[in-house]
Amino acid sequence: MAKLDTWRLAIGQWWRQRLGVTAYGNAYRVPRSSISWAYVFGSAAFVLLLLEFVTGLCLALVYSPSADDAWQSLLYLNHQQPFGWYLRALHFWGSNFLIALLVLHLLQVFVLGSYKYPRELTWISGVLLLLLTLGMALTGEVLRFDQESYWDLAIGFALAGRTPLIGRWLVHFLMGGPIIGGATLMRMFLMHALLLPAAIIGLTGLHLLLAYRLGISEWPMPGRIVKRETYLANYRMVLDREGEPLIPQGLRKDLFFAAVIIAALIVTAAVMGPKGPNGPPNPSIVRTRPHPDFFFLWMEALMGLLPSWLDTPFALIVLPILIIGLIALPLISPVGERDALRRPLSMVIATVVVTALIVTTWLGTYDPWSQDMNAWSGTPTPVEYLKGRTPLEIQGAILIQAKQCRNCHSLGGTGGMRGPALDTTATRLTRNELIRQILQGGGNMPAYGKALKPAEVAAIVAFLATMHPPNVPPARDSAQPTTAPATGE
Amino acid sequence: MATSESSQTTGEDSYRGASTSRRGFLFRVALLLNLLLLAAFALPIVGYLLSPLRRAAFLKWISLGPATAFPENQTRLAVYKNPFRQPTDGGSADIPCWVRRLTSDSFQVFSTNCSHLGCPVRWFPESELFMCPCHGGTFHADGARASGPPPRGLYVYPSKVENGELWINAGEMPLMTLPKP
Repeated sequence: MAKLDTWRLAIGQWWRQRLGVTAYGNAYRVPRSSISWAYVFGSAAFVLLLLEFVTGLCLALVYSPSADDAWQSLLYLNHQQPFGWYLRALHFWGSNFLIALLVLHLLQVFVLGSYKYPRELTWISGVLLLLLTLGMALTGEVLRFDQESYWDLAIGFALAGRTPLIGRWLVHFLMGGPIIGGATLMRMFLMHALLLPAAIIGLTGLHLLLAYRLGISEWPMPGRIVKRETYLANYRMVLDREGEPLIPQGLRKDLFFAAVIIAALIVTAAVMGPKGPNGPPNPSIVRTRPHPDFFFLWMEALMGLLPSWLDTPFALIVLPILIIGLIALPLISPVGERDALRRPLSMVIATVVVTALIVTTWLGTYDPWSQDMNAWSGTPTPVEYLKGRTPLEIQGAILIQAKQCRNCHSLGGTGGMRGPALDTTATRLTRNELIRQILQGGGNMPAYGKALKPAEVAAIVAFLATMHPPNVPPARDSAQPTTAPATGE
Repeated sequence: MATSESSQTTGEDSYRGASTSRRGFLFRVALLLNLLLLAAFALPIVGYLLSPLRRAAFLKWISLGPATAFPENQTRLAVYKNPFRQPTDGGSADIPCWVRRLTSDSFQVFSTNCSHLGCPVRWFPESELFMCPCHGGTFHADGARASGPPPRGLYVYPSKVENGELWINAGEMPLMTLPKP
């Protein structure tokens, strides 16, 4: 036993001398206050990053990065390659878990003010790592080369094409030609499998080295202000007074948390399975509905909800400014209070950004700004809206289905959500207003004047005039006398 | 103090002396040589990488088949193989377009890409509208913007009828957001 210890010490000594490391393992100390469940996200993200590398390497053994047969190789992975479906699921869900952990890690570091002196560069490398990981998610979505990924690419290129002056060349350079095709997929594959991972490995090394050299930040205290002149000496004092060895004390909670995350990933991947591929990546199949992956839903929501003249300024000006601001945060406020309650402006900004991201992502999961392209033929008119109606009114109900009105307008809670629900239309619009709205459109509704005969308009308006609850009278023109009931013309 | 200063300025090995010494001169010549060779090495690589930009516009006249295949007063989907393609493009080079025939020799050929952000618009003959599945844009039968976020109408390919065949001038993804070549 004593001999074993001597050997262990000698081996440790050999490595420490060559790496220039002064202390490691049980000799490296962290503040006791940092041994907290709030400090476990970074290490778990690192574990997931390693798992992504392993599963990604395995998938690349079978995947074919050619536009002609990438889709077939995905089907082969799903159905024929032993455990192929499971590795695809692990890789996909692992990336979701990884981004979620990175966001939590970033939030924790922001709230605890750990990015301040001397850890500015640690924060900057961390934000760059998050951006690179989002780049991996984006290019990874493209490698799942199916209908959805084809059209998501088209949207991305359409957006990139709005760059002033160089937009056209930028898009053709990114596509590798005039259309999305083999060259485009190969570019995305090289980004995903070579360039971005290389950058991630380098930056992760720097990030860990900095964390090691500068030490884990202690839990903030109100009034304990970070100053360039005193921080390092104070930190050394904290370590001396209440430092704990990294192994085993410092890593105990990290290890437990990493185990929980890995278990959750295994279960999620096994239960949910891999994502896609859906239809083949052939643009001539126009019956499709593009939808980005989860972490870019907020972008889709903003493109759907912002007035169209704001699309481009947001994507090309506001977003880059926000990202640069995030990167440069420790340069903007390198010293001062770390405690969250003493940094009210920072907390307000963080709350607004996080709330906006959550709300837009949630909206993105059911995109109310899109037409439901199949509602006109696939979502029937609720039966109660047809009971006791005249033949003319029922003809109107049929036209509302046949003329694709339901793609934007819901009845009884089903159908598109682009326009207002038709269930109570008659309480808001008089017959004349209904006719005008249908013929001329307006307010996001196309004009139907050319596509409807006068008799068809009469039938639709007759049906819509019945759309009011029994206890609410229909809207009426205030300039007309009320002697006759408004519905009984 | 004085001695250290003089040794710095006169010492041949010191960095400061490099600009005037023979060794310094040779170092600079070697550096310049390497930079020149590096440029010579890099030029073809840049040309290789920028090959997608070798022409301002990728356009060719393509036949969509006999004009009689498109009935009058109707809008139909037509598909062509993109003339500029690579061997591995597969189905992604099957480019669709909407062909509207007004009279016997009057055609309008629309891109399927929405003028907002490029999603594939679908034609609905019942309501005579093109609808986009992404952000709620719609277009009239003649391609004009009807509603939603699109800033303008659908892209209309230049088209002609020759020898009974319908031809369009196409070859690149007609994203309306791109600056004109």
